Amino acid sequence: MLSYTLRRLAGAIPTIFIIVTLTFFMIRLAPGGPFDLERPIDPLIMLNLQRAYGLDQPLWQQYLTYLGNLLQGDLGPSFARRDFTVNDLFAAGLPVSVMLGGLALGLAAVLGTFFGTIAALRQNSWLDYTIVALATFGITTPNFVVAPLLSLIFGVILGVLPAGGWSDADPRYWVLPIVTLALPQVAVIARLVRGATVEALRANHVRTARAYGLPARVVVGVHALRAALLPAVSYLGPTAAALMTGSVVVETIFGIPGIGRYFVQGALGRDYTLVMGTVVVIAIFVVVFNLLVDLAYAWLDPRVRYD
Amino acid sequence: MTDPVLSVRDLRVTFQTNDGPVQAVRGIGFDLGRGETLAIVGESGSGKSQAMMAVMGLLAANGKATGQAVYRDAQAGGRPVDLLALSDRQLNKVRGARITMIFQEPMTSLDPLYRIGDQLAEPLRYHRGLSKAAARPRILDLLRLVGIPEPERRIDSYPHELSGGQRQRVMIAMALANDPDILIADEPTTALDVTIQAQILTLLADLQKRLGMAIVFITHDLGIVRRFADRVAVMRAGEMVETGPAERLFTAPEHPYTRMLLDAEPEGRKEPPPAGAPELLTGRDVRVTFRIGGGLLKRGRDFHAVDGISMRLVQGQTIGVVGESGSGKSTLGRALLRLLPSTGRVAWLGRELPQGAQEMRPLRRELQLVFQDPFGSLSPRMTVGRILGEGLLIHEPDLSPADRARRAEAALVEVGLDPAMRNRYPHEFSGGQRQRIAIARTMILRPKLIVLDEPTSALDRSVQKQIVMLLRDLQGKHGLSYIFISHDLAVVRALSDYILVMRDGRVVEEGPTEMVFDAPREAYTRDLMAAALSRDRFGRLALG
Repeated sequence: MLSYTLRRLAGAIPTIFIIVTLTFFMIRLAPGGPFDLERPIDPLIMLNLQRAYGLDQPLWQQYLTYLGNLLQGDLGPSFARRDFTVNDLFAAGLPVSVMLGGLALGLAAVLGTFFGTIAALRQNSWLDYTIVALATFGITTPNFVVAPLLSLIFGVILGVLPAGGWSDADPRYWVLPIVTLALPQVAVIARLVRGATVEALRANHVRTARAYGLPARVVVGVHALRAALLPAVSYLGPTAAALMTGSVVVETIFGIPGIGRYFVQGALGRDYTLVMGTVVVIAIFVVVFNLLVDLAYAWLDPRVRYD
Repeated sequence: MTDPVLSVRDLRVTFQTNDGPVQAVRGIGFDLGRGETLAIVGESGSGKSQAMMAVMGLLAANGKATGQAVYRDAQAGGRPVDLLALSDRQLNKVRGARITMIFQEPMTSLDPLYRIGDQLAEPLRYHRGLSKAAARPRILDLLRLVGIPEPERRIDSYPHELSGGQRQRVMIAMALANDPDILIADEPTTALDVTIQAQILTLLADLQKRLGMAIVFITHDLGIVRRFADRVAVMRAGEMVETGPAERLFTAPEHPYTRMLLDAEPEGRKEPPPAGAPELLTGRDVRVTFRIGGGLLKRGRDFHAVDGISMRLVQGQTIGVVGESGSGKSTLGRALLRLLPSTGRVAWLGRELPQGAQEMRPLRRELQLVFQDPFGSLSPRMTVGRILGEGLLIHEPDLSPADRARRAEAALVEVGLDPAMRNRYPHEFSGGQRQRIAIARTMILRPKLIVLDEPTSALDRSVQKQIVMLLRDLQGKHGLSYIFISHDLAVVRALSDYILVMRDGRVVEEGPTEMVFDAPREAYTRDLMAAALSRDRFGRLALG
């Protein structure tokens, strides 16, 4: 298992390298540069700026410099926020995004599994139909609708939670963003778990468990649910990476200092290093969580074993 | 006779379906004496399984059972309880403890995610209140009892680490864990190879002698129960048409349906082709190798599925390829048709068959294949007419749609189906009819050679017999050659004039059918014969 993990991580290095390379050159293809303003800057100042950030060198040299710095964990200075390095920005924002995303993921996993299992056990009842209908609604409603609505209802009308803003110390600020992030995932997971549980309940080995007089909680909890969780586990990997690297919409609407905004801001402002840094962080998250999913899969299903 | 341990009266099972209620069991009744073996025999769809599922409270959600199933538990002083009237909770005290069941599908009846020791412990934990640790010695005893080698090691295995036969032994161990009064065995050997079938049957017979429980044995194969059952009940379309002592039922069956079942063994022999018949297909040193495991840096292990086989097929001949699952017989069939990459020579009419898919295409018309699974091999979204015409689109593109329709109708008539059926979809047909459609699909192209890969294995005995006769008729009429792959020796004997016996990718014995059947040279062939023929109603080998 350990050697498998190490091999997978080693295998991820070329992947990340290719992503970094492609992104580096693709963003340079976009017209404009980090210091282009609506009003043209004095050419001499521009030249100085470019020299200060190394943009006057040939592209391949900039690329090699970036790779060299990246290997040392240095994501470079931000072009748009002159006083900060990209590392500084992520050091401040990433913990917020990871915490929000992680809590949202946990909430989605627990609620999704719960509702999915209930719906499967009461298949074709009104409860099942209600859950499936709500899940479809949850999947189809975009978060830029959900977020302002929640903010309006709980923040403004009821006034029980802050309508926006952020505090590291006060969990009341976390609730609405987490719920906004979690809702669509609850819906997806509930549907996945429902489908898999319906199937698992029909499996021959579940029939065996019933034929041997095992209590219903054992038949469902031990024999059906474990098999039913497998598809949801596969789904959680990429979802975890997506949630923990922040959401532009949620961060913008609630005013949260996460890293989700950086991707869009960086891309629009041609903040090359910020875009690159975001891509690298997301790539690492995807690689790590896919690996975790595969390890969890092997742990749940003994037929899948890596050596 | 003391009170029967189980008395079923007027048992009816109804399923609510979209097409209205369907009665699967229509008022059956029988008694099961203590320590008795009752075989319930019938073809698929006769309701034999559903009747016992109803007794165990295991019907699907849309199924409902009425009537009575009175069980007398000796441990409870023989007090009668109607199982159909119990709640799930009450029923859970009986099933798995006093009445247990083993199923047809040994590969999937155990939970793939848990060690077999944990699964065997469950009936002991929930019925006797034993802890996992306390159950362990009992489980080891049980595994020994059912003949699992190295029980100390196997107890911690996962189901996928065991063979089908071993898994069925584990299921039997689970069934015996709480010393039941009744063991219901629902087609326990159908999914297993013949030699394994014989072992499992012997084991069940032996265990019954030692432990004295009553057995209800559900099967579609009358031959299998002859020496095994005390009494036999024959079911057809949800009704019991005949019950009686096994001996009488076999020697003097009363109901015509029972006689038909007894008579369903495929009969007749195939004459060998004339001596000067032209050579069609020759294989020399054919090998198929699969790489197992391996990765970027590691070399995998080579698995020789077909390991150097040579054979020669002449026009009008049928070569039967027999062997147990995993012996490589299907792989050989596919390699000979160039559906799998292989080494060695395969020549068709004296010319080497090309390896490339493109170059093979024009030859495909003469070299056809029929599969085992009549349900999976026909596209569910195409009408029978389109399925039949598909091959013509490729091999005779000049035909007009009307010509194709005419050819499809002719092909349906040839396989004994109504030509009007060409506008219907595969799901409207029974397994036997679908297999006829699959045969019509090959016949429409007027092939010279058909590889038949277990074409009768998924069918009931009486239907098998019809398909065998159809295949023989078509062969006589069109001078076809067959390579007939099967583990079912009775069918092979009725169809083939030459036999290859395969084991582990090699031919261990070959020769004319009569010679191989009457005087097998190899021990493996003899085992295979013994196991197969003990199922045969004319068999000489007794079980148990």
